[in-house]
Amino acid sequence: MKSVLPVLTVVGAILVSWIVAVVPMNMHLTADLAQRQDITVSPDTPAARQEMSGIGLALRNTHLFGMTYTLERPRLPSPHQVGAEMWKTIVLQNVTSRRSLVYHGWVTLSATLLGFAIGTSLGILLAVGIVYNRAMDMSVMPWAIASQTIPILALAPMIIVMLGSIGIQGLLPKAIISAYLSFFPVVVGMVKGLRSPDGMQLDLLRTYHASAAQGFWKLRLPASVPYLFASLKIGISASLVGAIVAELPTGARAGFGARMLVGDQYGQPMVTWAALFAAAITAAALVGLFSLLERLTLRRMGMQAA
Amino acid sequence: MTGTAIISALAVWGTGWFINARLAASPAAKTRAVQLLVPAIFGLTLLIMWELLVRLLEISPIILPAPTAIASRFARELPTLWVDFEQTIIKGAMTGYVIGAFAAFVVAIIADRSDFLTRGILPVGGFMAALPIVGTAPIFVKWLGSDWESKAAVVAVMVFFPILVNTVAGLRDTTAMQRDLMRTYGAGYWPTLFKLRLPAAMPFIFNGLKIATTLALIGAIVAEFFGSPTVGMGFRISTSVGQLALDMVWAEIVVAALAGSAFYGLMAWIEGRVTFWHPSQRK
Repeated sequence: MKSVLPVLTVVGAILVSWIVAVVPMNMHLTADLAQRQDITVSPDTPAARQEMSGIGLALRNTHLFGMTYTLERPRLPSPHQVGAEMWKTIVLQNVTSRRSLVYHGWVTLSATLLGFAIGTSLGILLAVGIVYNRAMDMSVMPWAIASQTIPILALAPMIIVMLGSIGIQGLLPKAIISAYLSFFPVVVGMVKGLRSPDGMQLDLLRTYHASAAQGFWKLRLPASVPYLFASLKIGISASLVGAIVAELPTGARAGFGARMLVGDQYGQPMVTWAALFAAAITAAALVGLFSLLERLTLRRMGMQAA
Repeated sequence: MTGTAIISALAVWGTGWFINARLAASPAAKTRAVQLLVPAIFGLTLLIMWELLVRLLEISPIILPAPTAIASRFARELPTLWVDFEQTIIKGAMTGYVIGAFAAFVVAIIADRSDFLTRGILPVGGFMAALPIVGTAPIFVKWLGSDWESKAAVVAVMVFFPILVNTVAGLRDTTAMQRDLMRTYGAGYWPTLFKLRLPAAMPFIFNGLKIATTLALIGAIVAEFFGSPTVGMGFRISTSVGQLALDMVWAEIVVAALAGSAFYGLMAWIEGRVTFWHPSQRK
């Protein structure tokens, strides 16, 4: 609780620097626009203005500050413009409309969640195999760790095309990329978690004459839960990034990635910004959800969340 | 034909697995050679199975090119791959990585002077690190043009938060006893920072730097999907996908994988030199 004020201060500082930056970023566009509306601008030739930096131009045209915040196609929109665009596309639109960010968000989110579910289940299964099979451990684990250093997202466009050419389209290719991205964090975290009981705890179970299955269900699995949640939080945000990137180079028509691309190609910066913030909010909500689940689960198990 | 293909693939798998199981169960399993050999055999098995299935099932190279086809494409296109590597990894990713890391470092040291700021930056930075920052790519391409500068900017923002959070957390890692000891030596803020707190923060800082290596490559490649000169790995991937030249895409992926591992390995190597005193480095 005592970190609420510091966090608000940092967020406030970011917001203030954003608002301040709007003026020099948009000044060139504003000056051109103002000149067309017969407002005096100094210097008064576009060529001379092009020579100047945004800050220099802003200092000579203080009367244009207000205008920089209301441009229709700003280089850097002000926070209230992004907020207004999001209000318009999230609240005022019917959620089934193609203009609604809720609709696009759901397209991306459904791929994310499906992929996350596939990736997590496979990851847990593989981790159990690795912990119980020495050959599997020695063969697969180095590759699982090495794969973390590879920019896997570069695979995204190719997987989409590959699956498209054998007739799989729509949700599944994106979900496969999401699954791939959440898979490895879960494997690595789960293996660590399943191995976290120390020798003393394992010996205690042996003195109880516990079977291997009991050792798994009563000791290893519960011990792995904190590690699993740490991986899930990494995995879900990776899944979302995967689903968004999968929409980029392949001409997807719906989803956050598609919106960013549309805004970029048709010169509508607000569309890109709104999609970006909506994606950020979705990611934050997903991570927050898993933090909440983590706290509740660990409390019921009598552990402290990290 | 399908039957032979599947049976021979299974035979390869079985042989590889049998050798690995024997190696893992053998008394030599703890030696370094076997620990390298087992994953190598596993990787090789997968490659041979891939090659066999593609050839015997006559899978079209538009769907999945064979490893040998990718290797020959790789060898033929070395000059192109090198130019792309230079554009994306060296100009885009490395420049952005250095700028982002340096900025994060400076902000962390400034924020560290105030406990209030530190407590604010840790949660905000951790939160920002989880967001899909790579989505800012179209905006930076609009601002800075389509050449490598915009890629470096995306990379700098992406690597900034993980490094910041780790550095700030690392700078807090000394115990009160250690800091008191420095005070009894009469050391002021700067000597304490350089002689005690920065070295103590190094394991954390390198953790952030290692996480950031992959992010840097992802940022530089993905940003090229939003516009690039006619060179670069992201450009080549998206145009080759369009031409269904998938062996070229795979060749670029091999480059990305090699570059990613080498970059990570480099940071891990430097880490080993710098934090040789840390328990995790003990052999």
